[in-house]
Amino acid sequence: MNQAKTKRNFLSTGSDWTFELIETYDKEIGKIAAEFGLDTYPNQIEVISSEQMMDAYASVGMPLGYHHWSYGKQFLDVEQNYKRGRMGLAYEIVINSSPCIAYLMEENNMMMQALVIAHACYGHNSFFKGNYLFKTWTDATAIIDYLVFAKKYVQECEEKYGIEDVELTLDSCHALMNFGVDRYKRPVPLSAEEEKARVTEREHQLQQQVNDLWRTIPKLDKSDADEDMRESFPSEPQENLLYFLEKHAPLLKPWQRELVRIVRKMAQYFYPQRQTQVMNEGWASFWHYTLVNSLYDKGLVEDGFILEFLQSHTNVVYQPAFDSQYYSGINPYALGFAMYNDIKRICENPTQEDRDWFPDYVDKPWLEVLDFAMRNFKDESFILQFLSPKLMRDFRFFGLENDVLDPFVEVKEIHNDEGYRLLRDRLAQQYNLSYREPNIQVQKVNILGDRSLVLKHTMNGDRPLNEDTVEVLKHFRRLWGFDVRLESWGKDGLVKSYTCTEESE
Amino acid sequence: MSYIIDRRLNGKHKSSVNRQRFLRRYQKHIKKAVEEAVNERSIKDLNRGEQITIPQQDIHEPSFGHGQGGTGSIVHPGNKEFNTGDRIPKPPSGGGQGSGSGDASDQGEGEDDFVFQISQEEFLDYVFEDLELPNLLQKELKEIKEFSLKHAGIVSDGTPSKLNIVRSMRNAQARRIVMSKGARRMLEEVEEQIEEIEQAETALKDEKLLQELLAQAEQLRQRIEKTPFLDSYDLRYNHHVKEPKPSSQAVMFCIMDVSGSMTQETKNIAKRFYILLYLFLRRNYEKIEVVFIRHHTSAKEVNEEEFFYSRETGGTIVSSALKLMDKIIQDRYPSSAWNIYAAQASDGDNWDDDSETCRKIIEESIIDQVQYFTYIEITPRNHQSLWYAYEQVQSIHPSYFSMRHITDLTDIYPVFRDLFQRRLHESSKN
Repeated sequence: MNQAKTKRNFLSTGSDWTFELIETYDKEIGKIAAEFGLDTYPNQIEVISSEQMMDAYASVGMPLGYHHWSYGKQFLDVEQNYKRGRMGLAYEIVINSSPCIAYLMEENNMMMQALVIAHACYGHNSFFKGNYLFKTWTDATAIIDYLVFAKKYVQECEEKYGIEDVELTLDSCHALMNFGVDRYKRPVPLSAEEEKARVTEREHQLQQQVNDLWRTIPKLDKSDADEDMRESFPSEPQENLLYFLEKHAPLLKPWQRELVRIVRKMAQYFYPQRQTQVMNEGWASFWHYTLVNSLYDKGLVEDGFILEFLQSHTNVVYQPAFDSQYYSGINPYALGFAMYNDIKRICENPTQEDRDWFPDYVDKPWLEVLDFAMRNFKDESFILQFLSPKLMRDFRFFGLENDVLDPFVEVKEIHNDEGYRLLRDRLAQQYNLSYREPNIQVQKVNILGDRSLVLKHTMNGDRPLNEDTVEVLKHFRRLWGFDVRLESWGKDGLVKSYTCTEESE
Repeated sequence: MSYIIDRRLNGKHKSSVNRQRFLRRYQKHIKKAVEEAVNERSIKDLNRGEQITIPQQDIHEPSFGHGQGGTGSIVHPGNKEFNTGDRIPKPPSGGGQGSGSGDASDQGEGEDDFVFQISQEEFLDYVFEDLELPNLLQKELKEIKEFSLKHAGIVSDGTPSKLNIVRSMRNAQARRIVMSKGARRMLEEVEEQIEEIEQAETALKDEKLLQELLAQAEQLRQRIEKTPFLDSYDLRYNHHVKEPKPSSQAVMFCIMDVSGSMTQETKNIAKRFYILLYLFLRRNYEKIEVVFIRHHTSAKEVNEEEFFYSRETGGTIVSSALKLMDKIIQDRYPSSAWNIYAAQASDGDNWDDDSETCRKIIEESIIDQVQYFTYIEITPRNHQSLWYAYEQVQSIHPSYFSMRHITDLTDIYPVFRDLFQRRLHESSKN
């Protein structure tokens, strides 16, 4: 009797999806999400074909973007790999915007669509809305408008100044894209409408400022002034290379400055995503797991559905060992999912070890602690704060140090009492952007002389720069307009110096 | 509250502009690949795209990052037997997974080249670009199937330009007859009555009735008059359906001098010439056969591979090839059943006495059987006797014979211009 009653309550029985079913599932999942207190932007669920998915890939997941050959390259690459069966497409793409746009592929079956809705529309969505990095660096309501503005602006530039010139400028900006963010200063949020209205104004003003900087007429006793100015500009090293170029490059045309700005704004928009991979994917995985299981507990989906779901879920959060042929680094889904689950466990069923390590969290309501963890951390600090000895044992983590000159790599620590803290530090550092990317800043500009510019690379662990360095310097020089030198400084002083002059460009 | 939107009907080629940008930027690579492909492919093999390979270093987008060297640090999962302080020898290749430092995976050496496909249409675009074909023609050549419009009866719906006037008017007349049937019958009756009254004695005349009947008759006439002359449901339109052009067959003779003076480069130019002719024929005929004849002092029918790529030395007697062609036509391709096209490429060398023989063979036998005979002379030198002999042929048969002196690829197209114009004109008349 009971059996028969629950059967009639299934949301669906076949594997095919329909728009009505998507709506039903979304409603049910949304209800459960609200019960758990997930705070989300409104959802906009869009069903697309696999070709459209490839398009979305090529434009880094954005629904629209300015035209550039590199996106074409991306597209061809995806297309070629997909057609040859070398890769599958993601089941979903979700965009940090309000309403939060999520793409569902039409090839997915109903179970998959439900998983994706739970994962993207409630997991990622609530993360976008809640995490402090996203709150600080992006404005979800304005991004689509800004993209429209950027696309139009680039198109207008192409019409006015030629595709060639626009492409060259964008190429150079892209090369420096990862250096277009203030890591320490809080930004003013993007706002597209203002943006549009202020563009022309800014073009004039910017040029004015630049002119002011360069207008200084050399005094007669040149040597003194020269020395003074060299000391004073920039007054502090500048880490945001694109911002520096936008504001101070002497020869850029107003439209070029605006292009630099567009690329910089895009870099800023993606900046939080680069720092919250583990947290974001883990959060979404935790919630798709929790939400879909709740559907099952309520008798809304069949046994077959949940078994299929668990299989997909297990694949997503699978972590191969370092010596497996499938190993390609730590799977952010696996680590993130395990960590949120572990936090829940620590709150509900702490062991003595947990009581020693996490006195603040044991016996607290898990929803509150999880919410706190999601809102106030990035990957690096999240791992430092929450990675438990138990998880390190479960993952069997071990830390290596590798000196190029040494024919051996050394195991520095493993998952044991002496190793836990060191291991956790080492893993956290791995997610620290300023460890992953070289530290390069604008050091000084010879503003009264030949306007040459010096970039300073502060070496981290004696690691040198890669082979692209000369190429990137050429791009920097193209935007700066005058000679550029890059100096790598190690612990014991200057290690290497790259120069890019007009001839070498 | 969620909005659910079906985007599948939106365009799926959002990336096409970016793709074009990419192709534009790497035009040189693509062109080179296409050129190589054309030289390698059979001239009949133009129905597919091509795989383009670009070296990774040419396509790489540079960015600052950490290189190999220094002290790296990494955490791996899945420890089995390691303990703190263990020293593990590095794999001999260096690098590998032990030395990564969490950098993006698109770094490192030994990456595959960037490979992608261009479509058949794009492939032909690049081929045509070298040949400087007019746009309209490029489009025509790329279409593989030719259709002709066929009558498929009469339908009641269509565009005004397809109105069938005779049928429409016939329908209108029939409808008018039917629609006015009642009125006409009544009119007849009334008229009979009127006649009766009029023929009756004056005294018996019922003037009142007569007037009434006359009025009635007038009314009926007006009613008949009012029947619409042409109504929308009278209209009939001609209906046409697309039908593939009736199958027809053509044979294409490729004749080339392979004496020692013909370099591979000259042959490649000649190959473009044959490709163009083949494309043109493909558009016009369902079935095409290609016969390759190469010659030095004697001629021989060969396969395509041998035709383009094997070398021989020796003198040159062009007439040997023409004789062979004539013989093949007699044996296998009677001109009553086949459309015959001939394309000859040479560097102009010929045995002195032979040119006159060539002229004779062409004029007396070949020219009457072929649709078109084209000759290209690929040479930077002065013309020799063969050219002058052919000039005579051209002056007598200008619409069947075309010749051109070529020094590079762009000179090829003019040879075909007359031919294409003539053919396009004819096909548009059909």
